[in-house]
Amino acid sequence: MRYLYYPGCSLKCTGRSYEESLLAVLKALKIDFVELNDWNCCGATAYMAVDESKAFAIASRNLALAEEQFKNEKEIHIIAPCSACYMVLLKTQNYLAHNAGEMKKIQSALKESGLSYEGKVKIRHPLDVLVNDFGLKEITKAVKHHLKGIKVASYYGCQTVRPLATFDDAREPVSMDELVRAIGAEPVDWPLKTRCCGASLTGIIEQVGLPLSYIILHEAAKRRADVVITACPLCQFNLECYQTEINKNYQNDLRIGVIYFSQLLGLALGISPKELGMQRLFVKPEGVYKAVKGGETVYV
Amino acid sequence: MYSTNGNNIPRIGFYICHCGHNIASIVDVVEVQKYAATLPGVTVSRDYKYMCSDPGQELIQQDIKEHNLNRIVVASCSPLLHEHTFRLAAEKAGLNPYYFHMVNVRENVSWVHDNKEQATEKAKDLARAAIKRVFFHKPLEKKTVQIKPDVLIVGGGIAGIHSALTIANAGKHVYLVEREPTIGGHMAMFDKTFPTLDCAACILTPKMSAVKSHPNITLWTYSEVEKIDGFVGNYKATIKRKPRYVNEELCVGCLDCIEACIYKEAKYPDEFNLGLSKRKPIYIPFPQATPQVVLFDPETCIDFKSHRCKKTCIEACERNAIDLKQTAKFEEIEVGTVIISTGFKTYDPKLSPQYGYGKLPNVYTSLEIERLVNASGPTAGEVVTRDGKKPESVGIIHCVGSRDEKSNKWCSRVCCMYSLKLAHLIKEHTGAEVYNFYIDMRTPGKGYEEFYDKFMNEGVHFIRGRVAEVTDWALVPEEENKLTIRVEDTLIGVVRRIPVDMVVLSVGLEPREDASEIRRMFNISCSSEGFFLERHPKLAPVNTFTDGIFIAGACQGPKDIPDTVAQAGAAAEALSLISAGKIELEPNTAQVIEKYCSGCKSCIPLCPYTAISFKEDIKKAYINEALCKGCGTCVAACPSGSITQNMFEDEQIFSEIEGLLKFAGIELEEKEVEHA
Repeated sequence: MRYLYYPGCSLKCTGRSYEESLLAVLKALKIDFVELNDWNCCGATAYMAVDESKAFAIASRNLALAEEQFKNEKEIHIIAPCSACYMVLLKTQNYLAHNAGEMKKIQSALKESGLSYEGKVKIRHPLDVLVNDFGLKEITKAVKHHLKGIKVASYYGCQTVRPLATFDDAREPVSMDELVRAIGAEPVDWPLKTRCCGASLTGIIEQVGLPLSYIILHEAAKRRADVVITACPLCQFNLECYQTEINKNYQNDLRIGVIYFSQLLGLALGISPKELGMQRLFVKPEGVYKAVKGGETVYV
Repeated sequence: MYSTNGNNIPRIGFYICHCGHNIASIVDVVEVQKYAATLPGVTVSRDYKYMCSDPGQELIQQDIKEHNLNRIVVASCSPLLHEHTFRLAAEKAGLNPYYFHMVNVRENVSWVHDNKEQATEKAKDLARAAIKRVFFHKPLEKKTVQIKPDVLIVGGGIAGIHSALTIANAGKHVYLVEREPTIGGHMAMFDKTFPTLDCAACILTPKMSAVKSHPNITLWTYSEVEKIDGFVGNYKATIKRKPRYVNEELCVGCLDCIEACIYKEAKYPDEFNLGLSKRKPIYIPFPQATPQVVLFDPETCIDFKSHRCKKTCIEACERNAIDLKQTAKFEEIEVGTVIISTGFKTYDPKLSPQYGYGKLPNVYTSLEIERLVNASGPTAGEVVTRDGKKPESVGIIHCVGSRDEKSNKWCSRVCCMYSLKLAHLIKEHTGAEVYNFYIDMRTPGKGYEEFYDKFMNEGVHFIRGRVAEVTDWALVPEEENKLTIRVEDTLIGVVRRIPVDMVVLSVGLEPREDASEIRRMFNISCSSEGFFLERHPKLAPVNTFTDGIFIAGACQGPKDIPDTVAQAGAAAEALSLISAGKIELEPNTAQVIEKYCSGCKSCIPLCPYTAISFKEDIKKAYINEALCKGCGTCVAACPSGSITQNMFEDEQIFSEIEGLLKFAGIELEEKEVEHA
């Protein structure tokens, strides 16, 4: 099956290494995909709060483009790796499916640019595609470096599995843990998988955002995680780039790698850290690098 | 073409009811009455304030006699309410009751429309359809069947026990079938009962032994209903008695065999204590188990696995009661009625992972705590955490698996009260601070609100809010090595974190996992959440839609002990049926016209009441009229049109349709009424 890939804005800038690593992994696993032509911003959560109708209109434009681009395919599956994009697209689809009036409005807006939306698109998270379509057994088969002894804290953030995702449990998600096991590493049992990292508040009201990130990092370190993996560009940014700031505020010496799940998977598949965009990290996940033995891993 | 009751020409009496203002405020009843009078066959047409009243009924009877009426049509409310009333009135006046037909102009017209003119037109149309229909009505006779006097009760919890004793005391014989090795159900597991705080065992065990010793009760524990066929008054059931590997007649419950078991230590999870203690492969569920008979668990007994045990248990048994070769026994019984009292199961809190059950060791279910506080429980009544410590603070979380869109939407009705009870007992046993986290306190019962008041004064804390999570990560040093309950306290409007040593999840009540198999076996219905459906929520709460099958207790919906015992009044319904000795069946049944039946058997699997069988000798289908409920499925499905149904014959329905079609502007050619 061929997938459509919808990067969203983050994966082209702050979350660049997410795109680099995810696409490298998809290629390594021979998962066929093509980028959505002429995509636009999903509107993120901010626009949704300002003007719902317009937010739905811009989000649905991506869905309409997908239907247009894949009109000859049997099924239209669009991969949205950024958790905000994933959630906004799901929310838009769900809302339009249940509100005929809004749907009519959106249709007329789309018509202006020669598009239409029928609701045929299936919005997929890359985790869902990897775990459920490609399969964990196949992933294990493709692993070149079993990450033995590495303790991984899977962190989903608020939006990956909530509120609309159906591929995992909203309160106790396990798909990342299963992936971690599939590549030979050990998932850390911890209760903060879906706790908020502070999101955009960290950038706006630091005294609200920072403690939230601190709680997550502190607990992950306390449970002896070697690395935190995440599926959200904003979570990765908050948890990694603010560690100095957090240490300054809470008199702590936290230093824990926060990487994308696709980077960890990529390392296990034998992809070089550079191809996975890991040279962009501020906190090097030393423990993980050490575990990757015997391959042609280039240390960065 | 149509038959009459001695009178060749149909002489129809038409009556329309005002039902006070219920009908008359929307339907112009006088106009309908005048219109009906103009229709062919109508001899008398009247409107009256309350047709169901005694004078209303007398009006019909008088007209039957004076005007020699042979058909009656009443336009009033739903046939469910008063069809029986009017049939009886017609019968008293000497007319066959099935010459009567009812038109519903209340639920179907006045209550659902607000345009007076159109409603009146609709009432006229329905009246016309009925008047055309009764031309073809036939006199029918009710069938009478004898009722077998014995009763089968399925499930030996407090509902089954109470029903069994009531019926047995009335002198009728009861077969009480219980799946577990002992009767007593959930109530036997409880420590004390609200609101009186009397000990559950003290009030239950005398009833359990009364069941065992009652001459009118046959008690089969560790048994299940394998099969049931038949119909009201005449059910045949097969009961499977699972092997205990111990002869029930010989065992006296001395428990010497358990002592003698080759396993010196008990090492298998004890079901009765929910795995909080251990038992041996030979065991008795609890000290007051009824019957006092031990049983083997073949899954864990060495001899069943390897045949290499020294069988010290057999040596120890002086009465030679142990029989390791025992096999399942099947008993065939005939009963007139059945009471189903299969109870409930508690919600599995693993389905609400935010509360950590199964992951955080000191999170318990309320039922586990019932065992912990019980003097005969796994810790002899000492409330301790899994690491053996006495808790200093305990949180009780209400509505786990109740009032929750993600699990069960319904209120389980008993949790507020049992949570109060457990709060009190935990406080009494440990002196711990106890926090109750509730959404709403629901204490509507005799003495229940007073019970709530009492424990508020005792110093139990009440925090209003649905708990977000129970977690073991610490934000502050006080939370280290504790379970932290995170909750929005909606009364003060803040999010609170409360560290405790022990968490109790007040789990809700659900239908048993095999409720739908029981439903199919006994041919009863379930409501959407899976509890058995009563015939009427107010007026027939223990009846089902299958005659002769009654339900009692929590299998019908969450109930506390007083309500369960009250509902075990299903026994009274069963008794009244048995005492009548016979029952009349409605004649709205289907019959096979043998000369047309091709023997294709397509009707047989369709019948939801298994009323159709196949006569091999003549290769024709046969409908047992006692089983037929008149649903009409077979009539519609028969490819050769060889099944007819009383009161729904083709000509009756077609003429009714003709009457209605006029409403849609279609006027059929008026058929010449054959006054033969």
